[in-house]
Amino acid sequence: MSAATVQTKTKHPGSGLAGFQRKIAPYIFISPFYISFLIFSTFPIFFSLYLSFQKWNGIGEMTFVGFNNYIAILKDQLFWKSTLNTFGMLFWTAIPQHFIGMSFAFILNQGLVKFKEFFKGVMFVPYLTSSVAVAIVFSVIYGTQYGFMNYALRFIEPILPIQLPIEWLRGYTTWFTLSSLTTWRWTGWNAIIYLAGLQAISNSLYEAARIDGATWWQIFTKITVPLLKPVIYFATTMTIIGNMQLFDEPMVMIGLQNRAMELRGNMGMSLAVYMYAWGFNWSRFGNACATSYLIFLIIMVLSYINRKLFKEE
Amino acid sequence: MAVNTTVHIDERHKIKESHWLTDLIKTILLYIPLIIWTIITCFPFWYMLVVSTRSAGDIFSFPPPLALKPNFIDQFIINYNNLISRTYYWRNLFNSVYISTMTTLLGTFLCSLAGYGFAMYRFKGRNVLFSLMLFTLMVPQTINIIPYFIMMKTFGWISTARAMYLPAAASAFGIFLMRQYIMTSIQQDLVEAARVDGCSEFGIYWRIVLPLITPIIGSYGIITFLNQWNNYMTALVVLKDPKSYTVPLALGSLVGMQSVDYGAIMVGTVISVFPLLIMFIFMSKMIISKVTEGALKE
Repeated sequence: MSAATVQTKTKHPGSGLAGFQRKIAPYIFISPFYISFLIFSTFPIFFSLYLSFQKWNGIGEMTFVGFNNYIAILKDQLFWKSTLNTFGMLFWTAIPQHFIGMSFAFILNQGLVKFKEFFKGVMFVPYLTSSVAVAIVFSVIYGTQYGFMNYALRFIEPILPIQLPIEWLRGYTTWFTLSSLTTWRWTGWNAIIYLAGLQAISNSLYEAARIDGATWWQIFTKITVPLLKPVIYFATTMTIIGNMQLFDEPMVMIGLQNRAMELRGNMGMSLAVYMYAWGFNWSRFGNACATSYLIFLIIMVLSYINRKLFKEE
Repeated sequence: MAVNTTVHIDERHKIKESHWLTDLIKTILLYIPLIIWTIITCFPFWYMLVVSTRSAGDIFSFPPPLALKPNFIDQFIINYNNLISRTYYWRNLFNSVYISTMTTLLGTFLCSLAGYGFAMYRFKGRNVLFSLMLFTLMVPQTINIIPYFIMMKTFGWISTARAMYLPAAASAFGIFLMRQYIMTSIQQDLVEAARVDGCSEFGIYWRIVLPLITPIIGSYGIITFLNQWNNYMTALVVLKDPKSYTVPLALGSLVGMQSVDYGAIMVGTVISVFPLLIMFIFMSKMIISKVTEGALKE
C-alpha cells in the first residue's frame, strides 16, 4: 500500500490511451474474480440468511416465519445432542492432536534425529488422503466382530476395564472412534506447522538464554511458547473450524438413520450432519439454513475464546 | 560478571562433550515415538492394500487378515471386476481429475489476476471490495451448502462438473494469499519500467508478474487441488447422477450397499490413494514446504 502511495506522488498517470488503459485495468483484473465471487460466495451467505427466516420444502411456496426456525431448532433435543456430540469429538481430538503434534515438532527439531525428511513425509501423508477413504478403512478396522482393533485388544484383555468385543460405534465410544480418525489425519499436519514455527525462532535467543543460565523449563515457557503463540493460535483455530463442521467421517461411517434412532442411539451425529439431514432428508431448507447460522455462531464464540487464550495484541 | 561468564563457558564446554551413552539413550528415546507414529500412520494404508486382495469371507474372518496371500493378484482382479461392474469407476476417477484440475487452473488464474489488481493499483472502491472479501473468509463452508444446491438446481447444473469447479475457483483465501505475496515480492519500479517500455497492463501481469510469483501459485495450486480432490460434502449435494460422481462420492455411496463387499470398495480406495501417495514420495519435500508456506501466510 505504501509503495502505491509513493508511486502516485512521483509519477503522474499518463494521459491518452495508456493512461485510460491504466485506469480501467484494475477493474478488468478483478472483475472475473468478483463476478464469480459475488455469485458463488457472497450471494449464498445472504441467501442462506434469508432462507433461515422462511418455511420452505424446496418445491412449494416460501412463507416468512420470522425466528420460528431458530426457535424450533433450539427446542429440538436432537440439535442439543448433535452439539454435545460435536463438542465431545472436538475435545477428544483437539487435546491429543495438539499435544502429540507439538511433541513431534520438538522431537523433529532436535539435532540428534536423522531421516528428518522421511519422518516429515510420514507426518504429512494422512493430510493427502481423502477423508472418505480413511473412514472406509477405519470402519473395517473398527468392526465389532471381525475388526482388527478388537482382535489386537484381545492380547491385553486381562488388563482392560471393559469387556470385548467393543462396539466402536455405539454410545459414547463413538466419540472416541470418530475422534481417532481426525487425530490420525491432523496430528502430523499440526506437527509440521509447529515445526515450521519452531524453526523460525532464532537460535541466538536460545544461546543467549543458556548463557544467562536459564533452565530448559524457563526457556520453554519464556521463549518458545510466547514466540510460538501465533502458530498455536492459527493451528487451534483451524482445528475448531474444521471440527465444528465435521461431516465426512460420521456420514460415511454411520450415515443417517431415522429421527427416533438418532435420538436414542447414535452419538456420532455431528452438527453438520444434523444440518444436512434438515435439508436433504427432512426437506426443510429453512431449518437447515438456520442450523448453519447457529454453527457459524458457535464457531465465532469458540474462535473468540481461542483468540483470548492464544493471541497477543 | 567476568567470573560468571567463565563458569558458564565451562558448563557449555561440558555439555558439548557429553557422554556418548547419554546421547545414544536420548536418540533412542526420540526415535521410539517417531517409529510408533510411523506404524500408526502406515497401518491403514497397508490394511487397505490387504483388504483389497481378499474375498468377502476372508475379510470377515477371525483372526482378521494382516498379510498378503500368495495368490493376492487373482483376488484383487476379482474385486476389481466386482467394483467396475457396480460403479462407473474410471469415469468417476476422470471426473475427480478433471474437476480438481479445472478448479486449480481457474482458481490460480482468477486469484492471481485479482490479487495483482489489488496489490499494484489504487482505484476507487478498492478497500470496500477487499473488506467484503475478508469478511467472507470467516464464514464457514457449511453455510453455503443449501444455497449451492438450490442455485445449481436453478441453473440446471446438477450432476455437472462446473457445479463443482466454478464455486470453488473464486476463493477469498486464494486472493488474500496472492495479494500478500505480490505486495511483498514485486517491486513497483519493475512494473513502472515495463510500462515505460510500452508493455500493456495485462502484458505486465502475464509476462512479468506471473513468472515471478510461481512459488505462491504452486502453494495455492497444491492446496486447492488436494481440497477439491478430497471434497465430499459439496459433491454429495450437487452430484446426483452416478456417472457424474467423483471418487470420494462413488466410494462413499458403496458403503451403504449390501451387495458390494469391502474388497471391491478397497480396490477403489487403493486406486485413488496410491498414485497420489507415490507422487508424494518423490515430491514430499516440495509439497510439504508449499503447503506449510500457504497455510502460514494466512
